[in-house]
Amino acid sequence: MTAVRCVDICKTYRQGDQDIRALDHLSVEIEKGEFVCLMSPSGGGKTTLLNAIGGLDIPDSGEVWVADKRIDQMSKGELADLRLANIGFVFQAYNLIPVLTAQENVEFVMQVQGIPTAKRREKSLAILEEVGLEGLENRRPAEMSGGQQQRVAVARAIVSRPALVLADEPTANLDSKTSDELMGLFKELNEHHNTTFVIATHDQRVMRYAKRIIRMRDGRIVDDIEQNAA
Amino acid sequence: MNIVLRLAWRNLWRHARRTWLTIGAMVFSNTLLVFMISFQFSMYGLMIDNTLQVFSGHMQVQAPEYKDDQKMRQVVPGVQPLAAQLRKEFDSDTIAARGWAFGLASSEERSYGIGIYGVEPEFEPRVSNIPGLIEDGRFFEQNDAMEIVIGEVLARNLRIGVGDELTILGSGLDGSFAAAVVVVVGVFESGVKDIDRNIAEMPLGTFQDVFYMNGAGHQVVIMAPTLDDAPALQSNVAAFLPDGLVVHSWDVLQPGLKQAIQADISSAFFMYGILVILVAFSVLNTQLMSVLERTHEFGVVMALGMKPGRLGRLVMLETALMGLLGFVLGAAAGALLTYWFTVNGLSYPGMEEMAANFNLPGRVYPQVSILKTVFGPAVVFLFTLLAAIYPAWRLRSLHPVEAMRTN
Repeated sequence: MTAVRCVDICKTYRQGDQDIRALDHLSVEIEKGEFVCLMSPSGGGKTTLLNAIGGLDIPDSGEVWVADKRIDQMSKGELADLRLANIGFVFQAYNLIPVLTAQENVEFVMQVQGIPTAKRREKSLAILEEVGLEGLENRRPAEMSGGQQQRVAVARAIVSRPALVLADEPTANLDSKTSDELMGLFKELNEHHNTTFVIATHDQRVMRYAKRIIRMRDGRIVDDIEQNAA
Repeated sequence: MNIVLRLAWRNLWRHARRTWLTIGAMVFSNTLLVFMISFQFSMYGLMIDNTLQVFSGHMQVQAPEYKDDQKMRQVVPGVQPLAAQLRKEFDSDTIAARGWAFGLASSEERSYGIGIYGVEPEFEPRVSNIPGLIEDGRFFEQNDAMEIVIGEVLARNLRIGVGDELTILGSGLDGSFAAAVVVVVGVFESGVKDIDRNIAEMPLGTFQDVFYMNGAGHQVVIMAPTLDDAPALQSNVAAFLPDGLVVHSWDVLQPGLKQAIQADISSAFFMYGILVILVAFSVLNTQLMSVLERTHEFGVVMALGMKPGRLGRLVMLETALMGLLGFVLGAAAGALLTYWFTVNGLSYPGMEEMAANFNLPGRVYPQVSILKTVFGPAVVFLFTLLAAIYPAWRLRSLHPVEAMRTN
């Protein structure tokens, strides 16, 4: 079953006087349960592709399908609903809400989803324990290390068990030990819950965990290989 | 507590100083509004009481045409028995009968045209403060005494005083010549020159004899326990009256007073409006800054699946919380300040002397009420919410990717 399908998508940005073609007639299909790494040098188009798949950015042309729904023609509200129900995001800069505690950050998405309070509490505590943050539930982001914050961000992304997790350079600010722990967690979710992962990275260590590596350059796919993951 | 509510509350305190400054502006304006509105309406109460206690009363029973055509023939027949019936029916002694006529008052040296009221000696002091304003002499004791009290300007103009005789000439109800010689027993000073120059009072019995009224009069003056009680009492009196008589409220009898109050309310509320708008702009500034500096964060929560409309509601909720703080603190401060003056009174230089001229206390005691405490702060709260609409509305055009690119 196809989790993501992009058909001939293009995206051009204007930067000063120049037009930058971030995606150039790119087509790709990702099956449900795949663990995919997008690799490219900086400016290669991997973040733009992630944003297009996540409905955060609309391509200039082409089609984007997620969970068998064409999303490039959806309204803002429909895209928000899609992300809320189907997609978890992990950002390079964690992007936690600074005034909320770790547990509240995790609960926040569930609150938006309309999950009752008791269930929210139960699920948020369970997921924080799962990512190794037991006892840190009441800390605010400023009171946690980078690795701990990224784990909260991961917990927030996966607490509702989305079918698709999009991660943009999730290990960029982490040391190698924390990176390995995080990737181990992703791998476990991928294997146990059949969650589809699409990770944009240029971290070679992350590649070891991927079953499929898509290399991009100048907005195009230049290589698409499958490998035995770690 | 709901997480969105918790988020809104904590967002307020990210920049505590800025939030407190904005709340401070609301508290200041709310305190001022509560006090000023309370003071203003207490002053109106005094103005109304002061004016109505001179002659008008809260309402008057009259012949239907009398208000617009103040002629002798527009009478209330059997005016004293009617007043007595009303006193009994409504268990009130602040009801008095009167007659009115135009006449020529002549002393040995001079003559002046004046208005002459025939009043009930026993009940007039309960509906009018003129008897209490007698500076020299006394008020009447008997209903048929050949006596008169006059204003101090008239006394000066006629060059007479207490104990002197005054000749009254006029036209009776039946058109015949009316004449009498009465003794000045009192000189009053109301502080209103027109009244002191043009008005005289004599006992109603004497008035009816002199002007051949045949028991009739022109007004039954009624004072309600308070101004607020007047409308209900007026309805009851109207229902009780026989056909051919009407009862007019104070604002019909004194349209100028009502217009003066309305004009003062308009100018005062124009100033209050400016104050409220200034507070609203302060809120707009705060919330606009707050939204702009959180653009990145808003992009993130949109990426997580929050709709722009819900983000807008978050901003409105933050504003509502801030407004609510301003409302509660400002209303409380305003009520306390007003209550302090309720207990201790408010006076300013010259006020006591001026008020004494009107037989009124020299200090104003503004009254706190729920309506006066809530009205101003509620308007500020409403404008605070209106001011937040634009920052909240801006979020509708936010794109997650562009928002997350901002720092």
